Amino acid sequence: MSTENLLILAAIIFTIGAIGVMVRRNALVIFMSVEMMLNSANLAMVAFALAWGGLEGQVASFFVMVVAAAEVVVGLSIIMIIFRTRRSTSVDAASLLKL
Amino acid sequence: MTVLETIAPVLATGMFEWAWLMIAIPALGAALLLLGGSALDKVGPPVAVGAVLASFAMAAYLFGQQLLSPVGERAVSVPLYEWIATPTWSVQAGLLIDPLSILFALLITGVGALIHIYSLGYMAHDERKRRFFAYLNLFIAAMLILVLADSYLVLFVGWEGVGLASYLLIGFWQHKPSAAAAAKKAFVMNRVGDLGMTMAVMAMLALFGSSAFEAVNHGIGQAGPFWPTLIGLLLLVGACGKSAQVPLQAWLLDAMEGPTPVSALIHAATMVTAGVYLVVRSHAIFELSTTASTAVVVVGTVTLLAGAWIGTSKDDIKKVLAGSTMSQIGYMILAAGLGPAGYAFAIFHLLTHGFFKANMFLGAGSVMHGMNDDVNMRHYGALAKAMPYTFWTFAMGYLAIIGVPPLAGYFSKDHIIEAAFGRSALIGSLALLGAGVTAFYMTRLMLMTFLGEKRWQEGVHPHESPKTMTVPLILLAALSVVSGVAMNGWIQGWLEPATGAHPHEISWVPTPVGWATMAVVAVGVAVGWLLFGRRPIPESAPASSNPFTIVGRNDLFGDAVNDTLVVKPTMLLADGVVATDQRAIDAGADGLADIVQGLSSRGRQLQTGQVRRYALGLTMGVVGIGVVMILSQLA
Repeated sequence: MSTENLLILAAIIFTIGAIGVMVRRNALVIFMSVEMMLNSANLAMVAFALAWGGLEGQVASFFVMVVAAAEVVVGLSIIMIIFRTRRSTSVDAASLLKL
Repeated sequence: MTVLETIAPVLATGMFEWAWLMIAIPALGAALLLLGGSALDKVGPPVAVGAVLASFAMAAYLFGQQLLSPVGERAVSVPLYEWIATPTWSVQAGLLIDPLSILFALLITGVGALIHIYSLGYMAHDERKRRFFAYLNLFIAAMLILVLADSYLVLFVGWEGVGLASYLLIGFWQHKPSAAAAAKKAFVMNRVGDLGMTMAVMAMLALFGSSAFEAVNHGIGQAGPFWPTLIGLLLLVGACGKSAQVPLQAWLLDAMEGPTPVSALIHAATMVTAGVYLVVRSHAIFELSTTASTAVVVVGTVTLLAGAWIGTSKDDIKKVLAGSTMSQIGYMILAAGLGPAGYAFAIFHLLTHGFFKANMFLGAGSVMHGMNDDVNMRHYGALAKAMPYTFWTFAMGYLAIIGVPPLAGYFSKDHIIEAAFGRSALIGSLALLGAGVTAFYMTRLMLMTFLGEKRWQEGVHPHESPKTMTVPLILLAALSVVSGVAMNGWIQGWLEPATGAHPHEISWVPTPVGWATMAVVAVGVAVGWLLFGRRPIPESAPASSNPFTIVGRNDLFGDAVNDTLVVKPTMLLADGVVATDQRAIDAGADGLADIVQGLSSRGRQLQTGQVRRYALGLTMGVVGIGVVMILSQLA
């Protein structure tokens, strides 16, 4: 498996995730899409680490996983609260931040 | 002694060193009454009377001392203290007691004491009597500062002090909006005159480094032809404001809103004559400028006719007397403008006028007291029987003012008319005409008030006033009768040290001008009797198409003139300033804010609150940055 193919796969996953973030309304799905983007970045880093024979990329991907886990904790609890008050997880409905 | 030469004052010794007590006693009285609170409601008024009497005793004693001392020592300077000290110049506060100022001090404290006593009766039922007497004492103190000062700056302190007292007393019945407005009017119009005074004093300080009379009299001769004219005209503006001379005359008629003793003391006998005092005191300045002294003559002549004109057409007894006061002060100003021939006569008429006009004002107050404070003469009539003391004392004042020999006004006014003829036939004839008109309106007042049919309103029971009011009336009536004879042969010589020698000889027997004056006065009395003595007088003023009457009833449209010339332009200017502020300055600031607001409301629309749009923006931004980085790598 060549580095190039891995990078192409990572780019495809990232693009799917980015488009998912932009077009989906459900906050949970958007969250999943964000996870896809993070994991595609991890994949790219691991691929580079494989290519260069170094460990930095693999270590960095661990960091990303930890951060992603923390983010899920915070993000999911926010989504839970929004769902409790609004009975919906649509991000379009939660537009109160506009002036 | 040559014309114009005045004697240099000698330093005070003996009782003269204590001359400041004359001012301090009534000032203390005023302070005591004002600060003492309601505890002094009962004893306050007599204390105030006592203070003025003490001042009068002091003035009389000093006057006696001066009578006994040789002519060269009759002007006494009393240095008090250094008022303002700077490294380059200093102002000394001091008093000057000379034959001129002591006469004023006697008039102010003498007539002032009588009016204080009269007020005990007149204001007996007023709740704020204590305050009234405090203000009267304050006035006496300020007026004494004015006349006893030895420099223009100290004089100005008194000048403002009497202005304050006048304001407080005109508006004494402040619950009446008309009185409050009249007080404000008097205050504001006096400020116009004060502007002239301040500028004159500042010019003196700039030119001579001092405003002391001696320094100014000495320095003005070397100041060139321009300064005497300017300072003279500025002083005249001040005199016009204080003495209600045209064109600053409009406040005096409204000033009659004050209690009648105030009108008698301040707005007839003393304060309004301060302008005459000022002109006579500044004679060294006016001598040097024909323009300034001619202006004084013109102002005096115009005012003596204007005042008389107003006097002919008013139905309010106090306003007739106010018009008459204006007119008589016009005579004094005219005399003061005539130069060395007139100074002594101006002061002579001032003193006699102080007596007979105070007498008549107090008489009018006595009439109002008996008529439930009605001032309309059309509601009077036949009061001679009901108020005999008031009638007879008023009659003495009447005969004195129209100039029946040998009463006071005959001597003092005839001299002025004669001196005016000495200046020019035109001025003399106008002064003569004024005497005739005076006789007419005073006859009208007498006939409408004391004689004829009863026209009393319902529920009015005229009665004679209490003794505290009639005794001052009797004393003033006596002075109105004898003061002319008493001072006629004496006053010119007495005033010589203060005003310079006179080229004009006085006479005891009527001169041709004197006969002419008497004839004109007789005509005035006859016309007055023909118009108001033979026919019943309607109870409301008949509508008139006579332009003279209409103009007179409207105070010669003095208020309208002020409105058009001063108030309206000022309002226009103010409106213009407001418009500029709103349309230009505010509009500029508001416009800037509008622009910022418009831009930001555009920018605000970017914030839709839609998370997906933000995500799109974020992605596009990252893509954009990536593209730029890739392109820069390629380049």
